[in-house]
Amino acid sequence: MNVLFDNLGEFGTRFLGTIELFVLAAIASLVLGTVLAAMRVSPVPAMRVAATGYVTLLRNTPLTLVFFFFAFGFPLLEIADLSFFTLAVVALSLYTAAFVCETVRAGITTVPPGQAEAARALGLGFGQSLTLIVLPQAIRAVVPPLTSVQIALLKNTTVAAGFSVVEAGGIYQVLSERGYSTLVGLLWVALGFVILITPLTLLQRSLERRWSASSGGAVKAGAR
Amino acid sequence: MSAPTAVLYDVPGPKARARNGALGVVAVIVVAALLAFVIVRLVATGQFEGRVWEWILYENIQLALLEGLLNTLRAFAVGAVLALAFGAVFALGRLSDHAWVRGISTGVVEFFRAVPLVVLMFIFYFGMPSAGITVSTFTAVVLALTLYNGSVLAEIFRSGVQAVPRGQSEAAYALGMRKSAVMRFVLLPQAVRSMLPTIVSQLVVLLKDSALGFLILYPELLYQARVLGSSGQLGRPLLPVAIVVAIVYITLCLLLTALANYLERRTRRTSPAPAVPADGAV
Repeated sequence: MNVLFDNLGEFGTRFLGTIELFVLAAIASLVLGTVLAAMRVSPVPAMRVAATGYVTLLRNTPLTLVFFFFAFGFPLLEIADLSFFTLAVVALSLYTAAFVCETVRAGITTVPPGQAEAARALGLGFGQSLTLIVLPQAIRAVVPPLTSVQIALLKNTTVAAGFSVVEAGGIYQVLSERGYSTLVGLLWVALGFVILITPLTLLQRSLERRWSASSGGAVKAGAR
Repeated sequence: MSAPTAVLYDVPGPKARARNGALGVVAVIVVAALLAFVIVRLVATGQFEGRVWEWILYENIQLALLEGLLNTLRAFAVGAVLALAFGAVFALGRLSDHAWVRGISTGVVEFFRAVPLVVLMFIFYFGMPSAGITVSTFTAVVLALTLYNGSVLAEIFRSGVQAVPRGQSEAAYALGMRKSAVMRFVLLPQAVRSMLPTIVSQLVVLLKDSALGFLILYPELLYQARVLGSSGQLGRPLLPVAIVVAIVYITLCLLLTALANYLERRTRRTSPAPAVPADGAV
C-alpha cells in the first residue's frame, strides 16, 4: 500500500499524462479515421486508392515502429522541433485512425442498401445521403466496435513509455530510483488501467444491448 | 470491389464526372505534395546518399538483421502456440458447467484483456526482480504475448463455440455422447473452422505486438534496427534501416492477412453450416 501512497504524486502525474495522450489521440484519430472512411466509399478512385494505401500501410506496421519513425526519425528530417509528447500523439493518432476507418467503413456496409437507394430516389446527393441517412444508422453498428478501438488506443499509450514520454507505463524507473518495489508499483498501474477501462467496457455492453434490442433485427436483414 | 457502398451514389453523369475528376486531381495533388515534401526533406537531410545505404551490402549487417528477424519470428512462434493453448483452456473454462471454474476463467480473461501488454512485459522484466525472480527478455516477451493474446483468443473460441447451431450439440447428446466428446468431436472442430480467419487475424496482432519487445531490449528486428541506425561508422542510417524494417514487417503481416482471406474464402465455399457473420466477430 505504501508504494502507492508514498508516490501518489508520481502516479497522479503519470496517469494524467496517459489520459491526456488518450484524449488528444482519440479525438484526432476519430476525425481522421472518419475522413478516411468517407474517402474509401467515395466515387473518386484516386481518393479510394490513397485511403486504402494509407490504411494497409498503417495497419500492418507495428505501433512500436510507427513510434520509432516519429521519435527517432522525424527529428532527423529537421522539419519542426516537436516535443516527444506531441510526436507520441501524432504516432498514436495516425496508427489508430487506420482502425477507426475500417470500423466506420464496416458500419456503413451494415446499413440496408434500400435505405441508400431510397435516399437517392429522393434526389439526395452522395454527401447528403451519407450524412443524413447512412451515417446516422451506421453509428449504431459502429459505436460498440469503435469503443473497442479506443480501448486499444488507451492501452497503446503505454508504448510511449519507451520513448521518453511521461505516462503511467514508465513509472518503474522512478520507483526503482527511489528504492520502492517496482513489482508492486507496476501492479498498481495494471489496476489503474483496469479501473480506466471498465467503465468503457460497461458503456459498450449497455449500448450493444440497448441498440440490438430496439433495432428488432433490422441490422440482420441488411447483413449480406 | 466496393459493391455494397456503390449504392451511395448514382452512376455519375457528365457534371458529376467532371466534379469527381476535379476532386480526383485535387486528391492526387495533395497526396503527391505530401509525399514530395517528405522526399524533399529526406534528400535535404542526406537520407538518400550512398553512404547511408552502403550497409545493405555488408554481410555481417545482413546477418545482424537476419538474427533480429529470427528473434522476432521465434517470439512470434512460441507466443502463438502458447496463446492458442491458453485460449483453448480458458475458453473451455468459460463454457464450463461449474460456476467457480467459469468465475475464475472470466476473471483471468477480463483482467489480461484490460492490462496493457507493455505493462505486462514490464511486470515480468522489471517487476519480478524486486520479488527475487529474474527472467530473460525472451521469457518476458513471450509470457506477455501469451497472456494478452491468449485471453483475446479465448473470447474468439468461446463465441465460435456459441455460434455453432444448437441442434448440433443436442444431436450429439441424443446420440449418448458425454460433454467432453461433444466438445471434442462436434463443437470445437466446427467452431475452429468458422473462426479460423479471426484467429489468424489475431496472430497478425501477435506478430505486431512482438515488436514491443524493443522496449525491454529484447534483441528483435526493431532493436537491431536501432543499433544499426545509431552506428556512427555507417553514417547513422536510422531512417534507411527503419524503412527496410517496415517493409519486412508489412510483408510478413500481409502474408498472414492473405492467409486469413484465403481461409475465409475456403470455409465459405465448403461449409454446409451457416457461417458466423463477419461482423459478429469480437
